[in-house]
Amino acid sequence: MSLSRSMKKLAAGVVASTAIAYSGAVMAADTIKVGVLHSLSGTMAISESTLKDTVLMMIEEQNKKGGVMGKQLEPVVVDPASNWPLFAEKTRELITQEGVDVIFGCWTSVSRKSVLPVVEELNGLLFYPVQYEGEESSKNVFYTGAAPNQQAIPAVNYLLNDLGVERFVLAGTDYVYPRTTNKILEAYLKSKGVADEDIMINYTPFGHSDWQSIVSEIKAFGSQGKKTAVVSTINGDANVPFYKELGNQGVSAEDIPVVAFSVGEEELSGIDTGPLVGHLAAWNYFQSVYNDANNAFIDQWHAYTGDDKRVTNDPMEATYIGFNMWVKAVEKAKSTDTDKVADAMIGIETPNLTGGTAVMNENHHLSKPVLIGEIQDDGQFAVVWETDGLVKGDAWSDYLPGSKDLISDWTDPVNCGNYNTKTKSCGGASAE
Amino acid sequence: MRDSTFKGALSDRTARTFMGVLFGATLLVTLLNQVFPPDSALHVSAYTVTLLGKYLCYALLALALDLVWGYCGILSLGHGAFFALGGYAMGMYLMRQIGDRGVYGNPELPDFMVFLNWSELPWYWHGFDQFWFAALMILLVPGLLAFVFGWLAFRSRVTGVYLSIITQALTYALMLAFFRNELGFGGNNGLTDFKDLLGFSLQSDATRVGLLMATAVALAGAFVLCRWITGSKLGRVVLAVRDAESRARFVGYRTEHYKLWVFTLSAILAGIAGALYVPQVGIINPGEFSPLNSIELVVWVAVGGRATLYGAVIGAILVNYGKTVFTGVMPEAWLFALGGLFVAVTVFLPQGLVGLVSQHWPTVRDKLQQKKADRDDTTTAEGDAP
Amino acid sequence: MGYSFSRILAAMLIALLASTSWAEESLQDMTAPPQESEQADAAGIAPPTIQTILDRLTSRSFDEKEAAIRQLAGQDSPRVIPLLNALMERELIHNRKDDTITLGSKSDGQWQLLDPVTLEPLGQVESRAARPVVINNRLRTVINNQLALFALNSERTEERARAAEQLIGNNDPEMLAALKALRETEDSPRVLEQIDTALNIAALNSDDLTHRLNAIQALSGNLHPETKNTLNQRLHATDSDTEKQALEKAIARIEARIETFQTADTLFFGLSMGSVLLLAAIGLAITFGVMGVINMAHGELIMLGAYTTFVVQQALPNSHEWSLLIAIPAAFLVSAIIGILIERFVIRFLYGRPLETLLATFGVSLILQQAVRVIFSPLNRTVVTPDWMSGALQINPVFSLTYNRLYIIFFALAVFLALLTLLKKTRLGLQVRAVSQNRTTARALGIRSERVNALTFGLGSGIAGVAGVALAQLTNVGPNLGQSYIIDSFMVVVFGGVGNLWGTLTAAFGLGIANKLLEPMAGAVLAKIIVLIFIILFIQRKPRGLFPQRGRAAEE
Repeated sequence: MSLSRSMKKLAAGVVASTAIAYSGAVMAADTIKVGVLHSLSGTMAISESTLKDTVLMMIEEQNKKGGVMGKQLEPVVVDPASNWPLFAEKTRELITQEGVDVIFGCWTSVSRKSVLPVVEELNGLLFYPVQYEGEESSKNVFYTGAAPNQQAIPAVNYLLNDLGVERFVLAGTDYVYPRTTNKILEAYLKSKGVADEDIMINYTPFGHSDWQSIVSEIKAFGSQGKKTAVVSTINGDANVPFYKELGNQGVSAEDIPVVAFSVGEEELSGIDTGPLVGHLAAWNYFQSVYNDANNAFIDQWHAYTGDDKRVTNDPMEATYIGFNMWVKAVEKAKSTDTDKVADAMIGIETPNLTGGTAVMNENHHLSKPVLIGEIQDDGQFAVVWETDGLVKGDAWSDYLPGSKDLISDWTDPVNCGNYNTKTKSCGGASAE
Repeated sequence: MRDSTFKGALSDRTARTFMGVLFGATLLVTLLNQVFPPDSALHVSAYTVTLLGKYLCYALLALALDLVWGYCGILSLGHGAFFALGGYAMGMYLMRQIGDRGVYGNPELPDFMVFLNWSELPWYWHGFDQFWFAALMILLVPGLLAFVFGWLAFRSRVTGVYLSIITQALTYALMLAFFRNELGFGGNNGLTDFKDLLGFSLQSDATRVGLLMATAVALAGAFVLCRWITGSKLGRVVLAVRDAESRARFVGYRTEHYKLWVFTLSAILAGIAGALYVPQVGIINPGEFSPLNSIELVVWVAVGGRATLYGAVIGAILVNYGKTVFTGVMPEAWLFALGGLFVAVTVFLPQGLVGLVSQHWPTVRDKLQQKKADRDDTTTAEGDAP
Repeated sequence: MGYSFSRILAAMLIALLASTSWAEESLQDMTAPPQESEQADAAGIAPPTIQTILDRLTSRSFDEKEAAIRQLAGQDSPRVIPLLNALMERELIHNRKDDTITLGSKSDGQWQLLDPVTLEPLGQVESRAARPVVINNRLRTVINNQLALFALNSERTEERARAAEQLIGNNDPEMLAALKALRETEDSPRVLEQIDTALNIAALNSDDLTHRLNAIQALSGNLHPETKNTLNQRLHATDSDTEKQALEKAIARIEARIETFQTADTLFFGLSMGSVLLLAAIGLAITFGVMGVINMAHGELIMLGAYTTFVVQQALPNSHEWSLLIAIPAAFLVSAIIGILIERFVIRFLYGRPLETLLATFGVSLILQQAVRVIFSPLNRTVVTPDWMSGALQINPVFSLTYNRLYIIFFALAVFLALLTLLKKTRLGLQVRAVSQNRTTARALGIRSERVNALTFGLGSGIAGVAGVALAQLTNVGPNLGQSYIIDSFMVVVFGGVGNLWGTLTAAFGLGIANKLLEPMAGAVLAKIIVLIFIILFIQRKPRGLFPQRGRAAEE
């Protein structure tokens, strides 16, 4: 950033901040404002800043095509700095002070939970592009990442059916996504006849870096004569030392494959993948998928970042789908009004990057294909298995006692995020 | 010398100015928010109200730290822990108030317990459905922790850097503990999605303004209390402890008792700040225990100016306002600005901004008076001319 | 070297897995000539050429690919082994344009294609027009087994040993016959040991009780995981009391040995964690312990060292094996220079006010972090691990020492000793100690304390940089690297006693081992919390750490 530009920005900021005290919602007539709520500093910047760039790239491209409804899109980027209360505050700022019509943002579950009451109160619109634990469906949020049934369950099916795995290590970082996913998987595995003693569950703190003891435990667990696999919901940063330790202790993919739900191309770009070849990941998208749409997207990304080594990943595809759906919905509704756009969103179809079509369902989750890839030595994944058709995202898991009777349907006559199919009423599992 | 009675603390000039500005600003914001309709140019949005409320909570926290650091010489790098504990106590009350309006509609268990298959409420959650109990805990939990910790530390004369490092260890250990889902406080997600407080909806502007006012009152009360303490005999002993602990001990004061007392009080104030903070920002999670937060807090006080009380308040508000502005307009650069500020203040302004002003104020005042006198002189001179 | 050990372990586990799940059918398949070619011969059709077999690999179905691989392995051609290896190494390329399989390698974003049989160059195609043939774990196991079979007749002892090991737990009579045949001619004790284990495990299923008892006797204390599994299976199956007793005895002996080695493992993990703590803390022991500066930017100086490693590797892309040796002095210099700048421009003004150095250096740490984010992006950077640091030193099947950690333990001790020597034996060291003990007197004696301060801080910072080189081998190289070590470093220095290097050493290893001993019982998080609480309580008992500094200098 040049000095004069930053000075201008600073000056603008001072003006804007003085305006904060007096302004109501600022309405700009000639542009449509798009909020970008991704951390640019702090621990999550590593993952989220890529998504900020993705949104900006999509906006730039859309503006070249003439914008939306003849109006140019104007991005409003803020930095919630990986600070969860700040996510809520910035959301309020985006909606009430900046008057944005839609927000693309969040990565972690806690940031989404922090933002949720604010978008609901102010009737905003949030597109959430990351795989998550499910158990949620808000009128104001569209979930374009995978729900557990679009990632975890197909992956475990692959392990059971194609690899003949009989023992499972469920290893995760201690937070809500791994906890919920592992609860679901545990119930699912038991329903498939896997015994208690063949499931080992292990939680580690964020950024865990000393994996010696745990890898050695996994090795011992896996040497009991039954084919063993690790299902990993280990979060971002902790993966590098985990995989390094696996490689060094000689756990190869042929012995004990690790299937991960949080390791994509971007995470691998920080690892020497030589010793990891053959370990697995389950996603709805891989950069290595070969088709024209994906090739074009990758080229565009390389051109936008000016770096032809930058990788693409699943949350980027989810952002891409979410953005295109929003554009389509706005044009269909001929308005940026939240309620109208939210209504128009349901049923919208846009091409995904794996050669198919993404559909937005009535529960605000997408229908997506599920792909399983093996890590290659160039840091990419080779697809070794995929679902025949699309898998519809499930807001409420069928394998948790608290939510097995719940569905989400934002169309009439149900119009409810937590509809109890047993008691035929809206308001959760205990609703009467 | 200031009047050392409580009434004196209430009526001295600094306290009056402080409360005047504080209540003036709060009332102005309240009026602008409540009286003017949203589309009026003079309307202050709910965003500004909560933002201001948040700043005041931080100010209260900074005040609490200034009491122990500025006056007692204990640099606590773990004050964020007391703040967060107060916040959690409030958060637990707010969680229980959700009742059956959670996504699962379970009247007894918070949502996060339902989807982790907990069958009943852990024992330490009992009682938090009552506001009086929660309010008591807001004071007791941070207070007790500080008391026990301080008792152990001061008794064995842990001082200076060592004390700072173990307070840091304390908040770090608590952060790790609260991240654990088994502990029953919602793990990393913490407590969120609050609905109402004492029956008032947290989504309504009136409640927000009410919370802001409550925070202002708490801050003013704490300020007066701290003024009183620092102005009293106790305060002077505490200052003596800060400046020469061994000498104070030799003279016959049980220095550890004074330190313990001030440390505990400060922790309680931090707890109150946390309790007021949570309903305004809408979430409490283990991130608040992060040692970095506590260090940042120290920096607010340093920026404002130590051992003045109002300096801490000014520092907290200024730095956080700066943060709000910079994260909005220069997201990539704000850490540079913040970091640069910390370095500049410590190196060039050891007394903080307040020190800068009070250092230069006499000169400026003299100059002004000089100018005025000059003008008076000329007029007189002119007048004198026949 | 290290890699080969991990290979052996891998092969071992493969054998184990193969034996239980599907080995019986598939290994028979392997030895029997492929049925397809037989039928082809019978029907009078020309036998398939290698190229036509390879072209079956264009299929998307892994079953089809597996059949092709087995067929390829059955061919009598010197090209079979190189082609199987090429498939493993992703050098077998599927050309999307004309749907053929060739050999290929990538250079300048282009595929250089070679004929798989004749090795004639076939020109080049653009990067996206071709891609390596995708194989999955199942196929990798199949190929490895095929290669092992070939390797049983290899000239090289190591390959024979590995092949024999892969066949441990296999009950196929033909395989056993092959092993018995090999046993007659084999003279390497390493290979013989593997063969004996394999044959003894097979003998456990013999119908003759004496045979079984002899095998049990021979296998007692054998640490191969397959041994324990088979013995356990036998224990459930047998109805002879003598055998049962023998089995129980053998298993108990194996378990006792495993336990011993597990304790050794835990100790090694603890030492390794201790060495990481030592590396992270030792620079701080200088800046904080000797100079009294609470350097919150210490973590960021470690981070700079890690990034220096990355930059050195980028600058020398073809010499990953030894670029670390350049990275060590480079990281030292980079961090030392930044450290000296911090000292000259910030800390110099703050001597005697330790708590304020905390604030200023915290500001510096924010600036350094953000600078790295701006320069290198917030993404983690890849630091390549050289081959000699990968893998593990395999002592026996249940006990191995990973090379990277082993080297880091030695490295940490070396850095410690170097620093100790520097402080105790050199003139600079003398001056440093003099200034830290009594600045005024030192100055009165003609020591240029300003210069000494700058150099001392530079030294502490430089060592932080060196620690960064080591940590880059263990963890993420990203802007947050420093933050994750700063608190631990302070705990170590304070626990050990400020100003005492031996204290730092003891504290680092003590805390590391304590943490690792607690971890299996309490889990990683609880272990860490327990250790922190222990430090807090310990400081209450001994407010100046394990080895307090004595004398006047200690009194502020």
